[in-house]
Amino acid sequence: MHELTTTRHNELVDPLLHIWGWEIPVYLFIGGLVAGIMIISGYFTLKHQFKKNVFSSFYLPHISLILLSLGMFSLFLDLEHKLYVWRLYTTFKVASPMSWGAWILVLVYPALWLNTLIRIPDRFKGIIPIFDRLSTRINEHPFLIKNIGVLNMLLGTLLGMYTGVLLSSIGARPLWNSAMLWMLFLVSGLSSAAAFVHLIAKDKYERQLLAKADNAFLTLEIFVIGGFISGLLTSTSVHIEAARLLLDGPFAAAFWVFVIALGIVIPLFLQLLAVNEKVRHTPIPPLLVLSGGLILRFVIVYAGQYSHYTHQVFGR
Amino acid sequence: MAQFGMVIDTAKCVGCMDCVVACKTENGVPEGFNRDWITQDVAGKYPTLHMEIRSERCNQCENPPCVYCCPTGASHVHDFGGVVLVEHGMCIGCKACLASCPYDARFIHPDGYADKCTFCIHRVEKGLDPACVSVCPTHCMTFGDLEDPNSTVSRLLTSRKYHTLIPETGTKPHVYYLV
Repeated sequence: MHELTTTRHNELVDPLLHIWGWEIPVYLFIGGLVAGIMIISGYFTLKHQFKKNVFSSFYLPHISLILLSLGMFSLFLDLEHKLYVWRLYTTFKVASPMSWGAWILVLVYPALWLNTLIRIPDRFKGIIPIFDRLSTRINEHPFLIKNIGVLNMLLGTLLGMYTGVLLSSIGARPLWNSAMLWMLFLVSGLSSAAAFVHLIAKDKYERQLLAKADNAFLTLEIFVIGGFISGLLTSTSVHIEAARLLLDGPFAAAFWVFVIALGIVIPLFLQLLAVNEKVRHTPIPPLLVLSGGLILRFVIVYAGQYSHYTHQVFGR
Repeated sequence: MAQFGMVIDTAKCVGCMDCVVACKTENGVPEGFNRDWITQDVAGKYPTLHMEIRSERCNQCENPPCVYCCPTGASHVHDFGGVVLVEHGMCIGCKACLASCPYDARFIHPDGYADKCTFCIHRVEKGLDPACVSVCPTHCMTFGDLEDPNSTVSRLLTSRKYHTLIPETGTKPHVYYLV
C-alpha cells in the first residue's frame, strides 16, 4: 500500500486540481475552430473562390472574427486578475506558450480582417469608407489576395497548433505532456471547421467538398488519437495511469461515447454514405462532429488536471 | 551567488503543524489556504509499514516550470538567493503556473493572484530564518545557503541520506528531506 495524507486544502487544488472550468475548453474549441476556418477560408481565398460568392471565402472570415472574439471573451472570463490582462502585452516570454498565444492572436485578428476586406457584403458597403477604399486597393492587386490567403492558412495552422501546445508544454500533467496533442487539436479544429461549413453553406458543391474534407480529417483524427494514446501507454507509469483515465477510468464514458463514437465514428460513417450519394446530406453529422470537438476539449482539459505525479518515496 | 534551500529531518518531524500556523500568521495567508502543509506518507505491507511525516511547501526549484510558463513574467526567480516569487501586480491569474507545478504548491489568493511560499524572503533579507523554521519545536528544519559548503544545510546534505520530492520531473527542488 501507499497512502498519502495531507493537511493541505487549497481551493481549486485539493483534493484534485480543478483550476480550469468550462472557459478554457470552450476557448480551446473556438480557437481550434477558428484555426480550421482560417485554413479553409484562406485556401478558398488563395484559389480566388470569393468571385463565385462561395460561403467559405465570402462569409466565413466575418463569422470567424465574431467567433474568435467570443473565444477570447471566454478566456478573459477565466482570468482571476482580470484588470491586469494588459500585462500580457507588456512583454514576450519565449518559454511561455501562453505568451506566444497572446501575440499570435494579435496577428490573427488583422489577417482575418484583411480576408473580410477582399469582398465586403453589399449591405456593409459605404458604412466605413476607409474599408471600401482598402477593399478596392486589395482587389487591384491579385497577388495581395493570394498573400492574404496564404497568411490566413499559415496563421490558422499556428493558432491550431498553439491550442495544443498550451497544454502539452505542461509537464506536470502527464496526460497533456504529449507531442501528439497539438496535432490532435489542429486536426480536430480542421474537422470542426469543415463540419461548420458543411452545416451552414448553401452551395451544394461546397457542402459536398467540405463533407469529403471532413471525412479525411475525421479519419486522420482517429489515427492521431491512436498515436496519442499509444504514446502515453508506452511511456512511464504516470503516463500509463493518465491514458487509463480515458480508456477505462472516470473519463472513459465521455471519451468513448461522445468523442469517439458520436463525435467521430458515427458522423464519419454517415458522411461517407452522404458523399457517395447513398443518403441525403443532413445537419446531423456536422452537428455531431462539432459536439465531439467541444467534448474532446472538455475531456482532455478535465482529465489532464486529474492526472498527476505522486510522491513515491518508499517505492524507489 | 547564494542559493537558499531548506533541509527537513523527517526523523525529527512530528507533524505538529507549528510551521503551518507560523506561516499563516507571518504571511497573512487567508483562511482556507496553505502555503505549507504536513504530509503523512505511509507505505509498505502490514506489519512492515514505513511512515514519513514531512512539512511540505514550494520546492523553490532550480528548473521552475511555473516561471517558464508565466506569460507576463510575474513568476520570477529573485536575485537574492534564487527564490521563486510572484509579483502580484503583474499576475493576471491565468493559473498556468498552478497547472505546471508538479507539487501543487500554488493557489489563487482571494485577491486574484497566484500565491505560494516565499521562504519568508522579507525575513531572510533581514537575516532571520523563515517563520516555519524559527518556530519548529523539534528543530527538524534548517534553512541556509546551499552554495556555501560550510553552511549547516550543506553539511547536513553531505553527512546524511536525503531525498527530494518527485525528482523525475527534473525540477531540481531546493527542499531536501533527510531520511
